[in-house]
Amino acid sequence: MRTINQKAWFFVLPVLALVAFNALVPMMTVVNYSVQETFGNNQFFWEGLGWFEQILRSDRFQAALGRQFLFTAMILIIEVPLGIIVALSMPRKGFWVPVCLVLMALPMLIPWNVVGSMWNIFTLPKIGLLGYFLNDVLGINYDMTQQPLSAWITVIVMDVWHWTSLVVLLCYAGLVSIPDAYYQAAKIDGASPWSVFRYIQLPKMKTVLTIAILLRFMDSFNIYTEPFVLTGGGPGNSTTLLSIDLVKIALGQFDLGPAAAMSLIYFAITLLVSWVFYTLMTKDDAE
Amino acid sequence: MIELQDATKRVGNVTHIKPTTLTLHTGHFNVLLGATGSGKTSLIKMMAGLDPMASGKVLMDGQDVTRLSTQKRQISLVHQFFVNYPHMSVFDNIASPLRVAGMAKSEIEGRVEEAADLLQLRPMLHRRPHELSGGQQQRTALARAIAKESRAVFLDEPLANLDYKLREELREQLPDLFAGRGAVVVYATSEPEEALLLGGHTALMEDGRVTQFGPTADIYRNPENIAAARVFSDPPINIGQVTVTGAQAQLAGGGGWAVSDLADGDYTVAVRPHRVTPYRTSDADVELTGRVIVTELSGSDSSAHFQHGDDAWVSLAVGVHPYQVGEDHSFYMNPAHCRYFAQDGKRVA
Repeated sequence: MRTINQKAWFFVLPVLALVAFNALVPMMTVVNYSVQETFGNNQFFWEGLGWFEQILRSDRFQAALGRQFLFTAMILIIEVPLGIIVALSMPRKGFWVPVCLVLMALPMLIPWNVVGSMWNIFTLPKIGLLGYFLNDVLGINYDMTQQPLSAWITVIVMDVWHWTSLVVLLCYAGLVSIPDAYYQAAKIDGASPWSVFRYIQLPKMKTVLTIAILLRFMDSFNIYTEPFVLTGGGPGNSTTLLSIDLVKIALGQFDLGPAAAMSLIYFAITLLVSWVFYTLMTKDDAE
Repeated sequence: MIELQDATKRVGNVTHIKPTTLTLHTGHFNVLLGATGSGKTSLIKMMAGLDPMASGKVLMDGQDVTRLSTQKRQISLVHQFFVNYPHMSVFDNIASPLRVAGMAKSEIEGRVEEAADLLQLRPMLHRRPHELSGGQQQRTALARAIAKESRAVFLDEPLANLDYKLREELREQLPDLFAGRGAVVVYATSEPEEALLLGGHTALMEDGRVTQFGPTADIYRNPENIAAARVFSDPPINIGQVTVTGAQAQLAGGGGWAVSDLADGDYTVAVRPHRVTPYRTSDADVELTGRVIVTELSGSDSSAHFQHGDDAWVSLAVGVHPYQVGEDHSFYMNPAHCRYFAQDGKRVA
């Protein structure tokens, strides 16, 4: 007969306690707010799922969610192929490898709010280097403080500048782990460079690429600091992404109930998309 | 037929292959035998066109292919690692070189199925490489080499990463798989036993050069130098020093016999362990005495390591023989089986 030893639970307990303190307990307070109404003085009134309904029906939330998906889609469409191309063109050995790696890592080492300030100053129409160059040298009408399109382009270019390196470094790690023997086999078969990419490099990069896309999705979907520093969500509401809107509701208007409900919806969407994506990408290997 | 003419390879200032001239034929295995780093893989890559040559020529069927790219040489290569396209089925893996060559679909199917049958891969044709065992993955790589029908097939230690049982199984099949296909088969290995089992020709490699090339049995019987004599011997071949004076050889550790065709001087003598026995095999036998150091029994053979002068010698004899470690024992050797080498290691008699 198999005896079931319950002692193993003791080994899990410390982690459980840690997770409870840094994730579960704070989250439960959010859950608590999301189903109640408060006017301060520690007085609470039961609200049920009302806040959730209100948030999901509100045009404001839907617009912010739309902008959020648009932003994430745009940066993924640009950063993933660009990251792969840059990783493919980096040297595999020799003097330039460490140089390239350090250059690639640099943008990621800069604090997020510094990145926002940098790009803000860089792109201001009259005093920024880029802003001045575009307006006064090239004659392009560009002003990210006034035009939604300019603001969007700036936010996306900034994110591409800041985070493509992550995709590059992960893909590069995947690429250098491919043994020479695979390239030799392709050479002997007479495979074209495209076939080498399609049948050797891409499949071998699949795992790291999955992680890269997942990380970029979660980070960009939850992005706050950089666009907040750069545009503050403007002009108007044109670059108000979900987290910026959330902070406005929670801290600007002090609507704790709706903000809590929105947080949970936000969290659920991030979790759901990540889970679906990860499951789809790893389904093949599990078969 | 592949011919190498004074082929050399250098990387930077390091010479990987010293001038090598070698002619490899179809119809039998050509084994490149040498330790890791002796230049087997370098030589293969040169013949395959994967690495450039510093000088010399490669000819295939009389045609100079030195400047020809790898894909135009019509070759196959099977690695020590199991190299297959990860996200293609076994079928597509075997078919991939045929598709690149633009072969008709029906012919591809026929060839893939033939190769799959030979390597017992028929039930796995629609699986992916990572769903196969190591042996099946390597058989897929071999099937690709067979289906392609190349002018030359290079097998670079193809069995090294397989477990013992699979290695034996596949090694037995290998000569049959490539028999009658008209390709030059080159097989690199670091295990002398494999060369003996595969038959054919062997090129002994050491430090970037081929030290001896010929039918494997000839190399076993007539090693051209002391290194070649050491190769095919397990337990290691017995090495001693002899001094020849007036057609009489005197072994340093004791024992003497008449020699006919050696000039006076000092020589190294080598004799295989199974030629040194604890009993007389002929009237010409010379008696050697030595203190028994270690004894081993393997199957129905017994071996005794004994101290003969300054050298440790081994006797390998059929049957179980009672040795006492530490006792002095007599061993017998027929001098006709001795091979003599000059001080530079070259065979003299």
